[in-house]
Amino acid sequence: MGAYEYGLGNYIEFFNEPVYWNTLLRTAVMSIFVTFVTLIIGFPIAYYIAKIARQRAKAGLFLLCLIPLWVSDLVRSFGWIVLLRETGIVSSFLQYIGLVDGPVEFLYNDATVVVGLVYTVMLFMIVPLVTTLDGMDDSLIEAGFNLGGSRLTVLRRIIIPYAMPGIISGCIVVFMLTAGSYLTPILLGGKNSQWFTEQIYEQFITRFNWESGAAFGVLLLIFTSITVWIGLRLSGQTLSSTVAKT
Amino acid sequence: MSSNTNTISGAAVNPKPAAFNQVRFLRNCFTGYVVLFFIYLAAPLIAAGAFAFNDSMFPALPWQGFTLDWFFSDTEPKLGMFHDRRLLSGLSISFWVAIIVSVMSIIVGTCNAFLFERMDFPFKSFCYIMMVIPLVIPGVILGISILVFASDIANGMEDNWGIDIESLRPGLLLVILGQFSFITTITTLVIAARLKKFDIQLEEAALNLGASRGRILRTVTLPFLKPALIGAGVVGFLISFENFNTTLMLVGSDAPLTITMYDRMAKVGSTPVLNAVSFFLMIGSGLLALLSVIVQRDKN
Repeated sequence: MGAYEYGLGNYIEFFNEPVYWNTLLRTAVMSIFVTFVTLIIGFPIAYYIAKIARQRAKAGLFLLCLIPLWVSDLVRSFGWIVLLRETGIVSSFLQYIGLVDGPVEFLYNDATVVVGLVYTVMLFMIVPLVTTLDGMDDSLIEAGFNLGGSRLTVLRRIIIPYAMPGIISGCIVVFMLTAGSYLTPILLGGKNSQWFTEQIYEQFITRFNWESGAAFGVLLLIFTSITVWIGLRLSGQTLSSTVAKT
Repeated sequence: MSSNTNTISGAAVNPKPAAFNQVRFLRNCFTGYVVLFFIYLAAPLIAAGAFAFNDSMFPALPWQGFTLDWFFSDTEPKLGMFHDRRLLSGLSISFWVAIIVSVMSIIVGTCNAFLFERMDFPFKSFCYIMMVIPLVIPGVILGISILVFASDIANGMEDNWGIDIESLRPGLLLVILGQFSFITTITTLVIAARLKKFDIQLEEAALNLGASRGRILRTVTLPFLKPALIGAGVVGFLISFENFNTTLMLVGSDAPLTITMYDRMAKVGSTPVLNAVSFFLMIGSGLLALLSVIVQRDKN
């Protein structure tokens, strides 16, 4: 190793090499997409648990949602591998019912990575949503219906605005977890999943290039922080009214 | 779950009777969606667990019959997890790391909780934010930061004074410190939430009755905090046991279980012994979760 000097060389290297910032961009777009999908899938479930299920079923369903939290990331990803690989259960099942002729490989593509990531982060969306929706007075919804609102209007004008702090808080946590995840993209996406944390790991451990690895780490942090900040500004929330509250 | 269909009394029922069929249809759709969702939640876990009992060399269909070989067999082609020396050593390393991390983070977390709930000091909210931050920083970055920090200290020691501190190189000490750094945040939040509910008058009463500070802590405050302490301990233990991202960056030659499993998994042709380990972990964490639920319920 040569002599050290201060400078922005490692950051300049990042911007000069398209592979690097493409990876960061890709990670960002995928993370935002995963956050969005998680919200769309999770919101009805949270609404069901908080508002529709009866008291006993409510606690049970909530606990069921938490089960994946108690199981290691590694085990969850392994489960998806067993299900989706070429010799896996889904592929065998499709052959059995005659939908496809040969084995199908479901692993190592972006869709699988999204499915796996949504699975991993789902409960971090559901928990804040259930907490917020639980605090909502049912009479607000009833009043909306009594005043002649359709289901869509009630959802759009009453429920979603009320749940906004929970939605934003869930989105922030989910986005940070997704952008920083390592295991799921690697195991389900294979070697060319091009996730930014993988790039950091490679710089550090494989190439032993700690300087640029450190630069990449800082860039990931700055980048995710900026995204969260933009999200907060767009939704008119603050950090203390969302994440810090729950 | 599926039997819920006709027992749900919706809060948001549309009162118009003409739309009754439509309401029922919508509600059935909703229930169906919820059932599908829980199948999605359960599917990978069931898949990972079930194939531990398949009498085959691969964790895949067809089903060859029930066996416990992947747990207990001691012969090579089907070496069970309880005879696989590397998996066992990973298991015991993970266990001890998790014990040390959870004990350390309960102690520090309790101190933190008292600090932030009871004390007022300059820059308190800044300190609070610094305390919460490890929770949102990606594990990989937390890992490399600690790695760089420890290595810089070790290098500086060696260059300037010729002292070689082996424990600052990647290894179990760094793994413990790395996990401790963010698990303490979690235990602090759990314990502080309980401490917030504590009625300070109880302490004042004990003080009036002539108890010393130490005695009050031992006989009044800590017993009140006990469920939170146990809950935080269980959560800390599990998170430490399952942690991968931070550990991966800091691990040396003694690999915890998650690292050993990952190494096997990355190789093609993993045997169902990994399913056996997965099953074992699921049962273990399930029991621990149950324990913490029971403890918390008793005291409430």
